[in-house]
Amino acid sequence: MSAGAVRVRLSVNGESHEIEVEPRTLLVHALRDSIGLTGTNVGCDTSSCGACTILVDGRSAKSCTMLAVQAEGSEIVTIEGLAATSDGDGLHPMQEAFHECHGLQCGYCTPGMILASVSLVDEYPDLDDKKVREGLEGNLCRCTGYHNIVRAVLTAAGKEA
Amino acid sequence: MIPAAFDYVRAGSAEEALAALAEHGDEAKLMAGGHSLIPLMRFRLVTPGVVVDVGNIDGDLRGIRVDGDVVRIGALTRHSELEHSTDLAASCPLLAHVASVVGDPSVRHRGTLGGSLAHADPASDLPAAILALGGSLVARGPGGEREIAASDFFTGFLESALAPDELLTEVRVPVSTGGWNYQKFNRRAQDWAIVAVAVSDGGKGVSLVNMGSTPLRATAVEEAVAGGASAAEAAAHAADGTTPPEDLNGDADYRSHLARVLTERALNAAGLA
Repeated sequence: MSAGAVRVRLSVNGESHEIEVEPRTLLVHALRDSIGLTGTNVGCDTSSCGACTILVDGRSAKSCTMLAVQAEGSEIVTIEGLAATSDGDGLHPMQEAFHECHGLQCGYCTPGMILASVSLVDEYPDLDDKKVREGLEGNLCRCTGYHNIVRAVLTAAGKEA
Repeated sequence: MIPAAFDYVRAGSAEEALAALAEHGDEAKLMAGGHSLIPLMRFRLVTPGVVVDVGNIDGDLRGIRVDGDVVRIGALTRHSELEHSTDLAASCPLLAHVASVVGDPSVRHRGTLGGSLAHADPASDLPAAILALGGSLVARGPGGEREIAASDFFTGFLESALAPDELLTEVRVPVSTGGWNYQKFNRRAQDWAIVAVAVSDGGKGVSLVNMGSTPLRATAVEEAVAGGASAAEAAAHAADGTTPPEDLNGDADYRSHLARVLTERALNAAGLA
């Protein structure tokens, strides 16, 4: 049964899904094509740019470098479900900070950048400008020069007025 | 870029993984975090007929245990777990630090120590750390377990002493809190090192990244340090006996120069004058 379909059960944005995929299906394609969540972008396709970054069990991961079958039993958060993970009715504080600090221009890197930033703030409590720049080295933005992105992350982390 | 089609086996235990390897032989490839394997499969540089996924195996294949003067690390322990482990920071700070400079945070959340070592990439960080520390690797196969010294493990470009029917289960490093340092030189964020140097125990262990077809122990430097040489004198031997690769980042002469400069810096930082 070469290339036979495999059943994968996973939670995406709090909702349980059971999908059938070829083993070689990348997680980003399963999210976009099988589950219909197109907020996660495909960028470089070589695990360098981070446009496809999502949260897997609370930590950032590049969904172009995971097979969908590896997500069996995982809890995944994409940009569509991020706001619902925070208190209140509005945006997630990281989304709010990107909005306030204008941490984007064309927006293509933004979903991945925001999810990588949420994970970064959670993982590294003592962030400063340098640590944010190093921590986001796997997420490329070709518009902003990163200045406003770093400001947004520090603002969301409560490290900058 | 989608990988070529393959059959998928999700192993629930080390025994299931070994059974799958025994059944499929050379056709099978083990996958842990997948962060070395999946990119190669996507470029179709590797086209295994069967992928045996060991990424969900729990138990003693995961975690860090300090056992007397040895640190035992489950092969499936992720880079980010090494990076944040207070036990490892106290018992083997070189390894904890090197884990923290692999790739980027998203890569470190998925990649595993055993996966990186089994991949045996001469440009990777973690093999050099294990070499400098004089560590060893435990392989489990049909005939039981065997322990392989790190200095015997890396046999060629992306080749190791691991047999096709063996699974890497544990990595052992000595408790090592003497002077240490890791110098990683590259030009692009999150890139592999153009050259890197790891130093443990004040210069007793010295290893080189990307200075040949395998991760290398800088034995000439180690011998010079043991003979009482200064950091500068010992570092002059950093490229001795090496055949560095040549690519867009630099030719062999440039890499040899980097190896000498970085070795001196690393030895100085590790406390050798």
